[in-house]
Amino acid sequence: MQFFFEVLIGGLLSGVMYSLVALGFVLIYKASGVFNFAQGAMVFLAALTYVGLLEQGLPALAALPATLAVMVVLALVIERVVLRPLVNQPQITLFMATIGLTFFIEGLAQIVWGANVRGLDLGLQDEPIQWVTDTTGMVVSKFDLVAAGVAAILVTLLALFFNRTRIGRALRAVADDHQAALAVGIPLQQIWAIVWGVAGAIALVAGLLWGARNGVQYALTFVALKALPVLILGGFESIPGAIVGGLIIGASEKLAEVYLGPFVGGGIEGWFPYVLALLFLLIRPEGLFGEKIIRRI
Amino acid sequence: MFYREAGQFKTSYQADVAIFPIRQDRIAIALIAVTAFIAIPLLATPYVFTGILIPFLILSLAAIGLNVLTGYAGQLSLGTAAFMAVGAFASYNFMLRVPGMPILLAFIGGGTIAALVGILFGLPSLRIRGFYLAVATLAAQFFILWFLTKVGWVTNYSSSGVITAQPIVILGYAFTTPPAKYLLVLSIVTLMALAAKNMARGNVGRSWMAVRDMDVAAEVIGIRPMRAKLLAFAVSSFYCGVAGALFAYAYLGTVEPEAFNLDLSFRILFMVIIGGMGTILGSFLGSAFVTLLPVLLSVTVRYLDSNLNLHIAESAISNLELMVFGGLIIFFLIVEPHGLARLWQIAKEKLRLWPFPH
Repeated sequence: MQFFFEVLIGGLLSGVMYSLVALGFVLIYKASGVFNFAQGAMVFLAALTYVGLLEQGLPALAALPATLAVMVVLALVIERVVLRPLVNQPQITLFMATIGLTFFIEGLAQIVWGANVRGLDLGLQDEPIQWVTDTTGMVVSKFDLVAAGVAAILVTLLALFFNRTRIGRALRAVADDHQAALAVGIPLQQIWAIVWGVAGAIALVAGLLWGARNGVQYALTFVALKALPVLILGGFESIPGAIVGGLIIGASEKLAEVYLGPFVGGGIEGWFPYVLALLFLLIRPEGLFGEKIIRRI
Repeated sequence: MFYREAGQFKTSYQADVAIFPIRQDRIAIALIAVTAFIAIPLLATPYVFTGILIPFLILSLAAIGLNVLTGYAGQLSLGTAAFMAVGAFASYNFMLRVPGMPILLAFIGGGTIAALVGILFGLPSLRIRGFYLAVATLAAQFFILWFLTKVGWVTNYSSSGVITAQPIVILGYAFTTPPAKYLLVLSIVTLMALAAKNMARGNVGRSWMAVRDMDVAAEVIGIRPMRAKLLAFAVSSFYCGVAGALFAYAYLGTVEPEAFNLDLSFRILFMVIIGGMGTILGSFLGSAFVTLLPVLLSVTVRYLDSNLNLHIAESAISNLELMVFGGLIIFFLIVEPHGLARLWQIAKEKLRLWPFPH
């Protein structure tokens, strides 16, 4: 039983890491109706830029704002070059554009910073907390707890931002209908730049945590693929959904690997989240917290 | 002046519903067919066959498959490569386990198995729409590849998971040389493209398009969405399955499941989007674009590199190609969101009026 809880907690905490990436997706989808496939590449670029700047001899306190600035500039460029000409195109066109963007960012990041695997030290050890191990006998990593804390803070801030501020309301209007939002005087371009900038900042946070965990390397872009089942489970438009979905996916994936894996030859972590999310969608097609779809002719 | 249908009167129903109603189109198609079937096999070099033409044709077929599903029936799918893998490995097993199996029948069998798997993974489309469905089809992509890697029976217990395709022999003739393989692939692709074109402009295709444009409305006017959607999944997967079998037999020779990874799915999706959704011609144009672009890019970059003495590192070249590829995709989406096929249509409209536009 103790082993079960250990796997469960490990899964929940790794789920939080998925949620961090999923948050970036949700943010952009909620605010512009764009399914941004490039989020994984942005995570990669952010982590790589930060590490690269550290290698150039910048102190961490200077590298962090510098990386943030890079992500914001990237957001502005994306808005100007990619999104603005594609206003009012069908969603699939925008989706494809973000896949093109993925290639571009991946190539750019590796040309500028090289393709070597780098370590990233945030000053946090990925070691068990002695106190928890002593009292309950379970292993809980300090690193994971910090990641969970960061995710909790981010979610709270974003939820407040979306529901309580003027910009947040404008974002939701834009997501609903580009043209109608323009018609009532919402500055579409500014809104998009803000959203992509914030998504870039989230990518930076996710990139730092993932990079510190797994090393900064090309494989970071695949993190996006892990975040997709989290998204559809939680619902594309829901920030709490990203967190709850991440927890469910993380926990069930680890439990399945441990208890189900040995019977089918292992390695099921790759597809289990998708199948789980798929089965779940059969019951609730809009995800856990997604907006109810009303269809009329 | 030349491209004009004035004076070509349609006097029968047959003439009215013909695939190519304009005489100039028929002449152009005949010319293309003569070039493809006779001139190219005589002139092209083996590299052109194996490096460009054969993959171009096979991927066109896969793109037609995806176009049926995404372009005509409106169901976004990211699992195309997995259905190709099913076709390839099913054909392999038919050839392996059924004595005296004719290879064409094995291809059809592979396509059929792929169609069945496609229907299975298409079932969620009855309830899920849009991007939710797209992500759900990723389940097919990852699950099928995992299945092919883990279940030894499928790869005949090959230790590395790599299969070697049996030689293609039809009626005693072995298709071993590149031109022979090219002609075989070309024939199959031509036949299946014609079939797809006819399906798309007939009853079936119209029901797909109705479901795509608004499935609630389609249901109201008496189209059964379930039948239309599952049929689209079946036909699409069949095409992908045959394409996958050809990919293994006529192109690669030795295949592992990883050859059909997510990257290939995306490339085929690009072909459909860049070529034009909901057009058969677009599948070919898109496939040509996506197959030729990397070749052209690498030739250009290497040419500039050696002539200008830039000394770009090998890894930088591949990254540069990645960037240009991504940039061009965005560029094309911005310039013509309806794809290359739409450009061709506009050109035809212009040609009709040329040289007196008023």
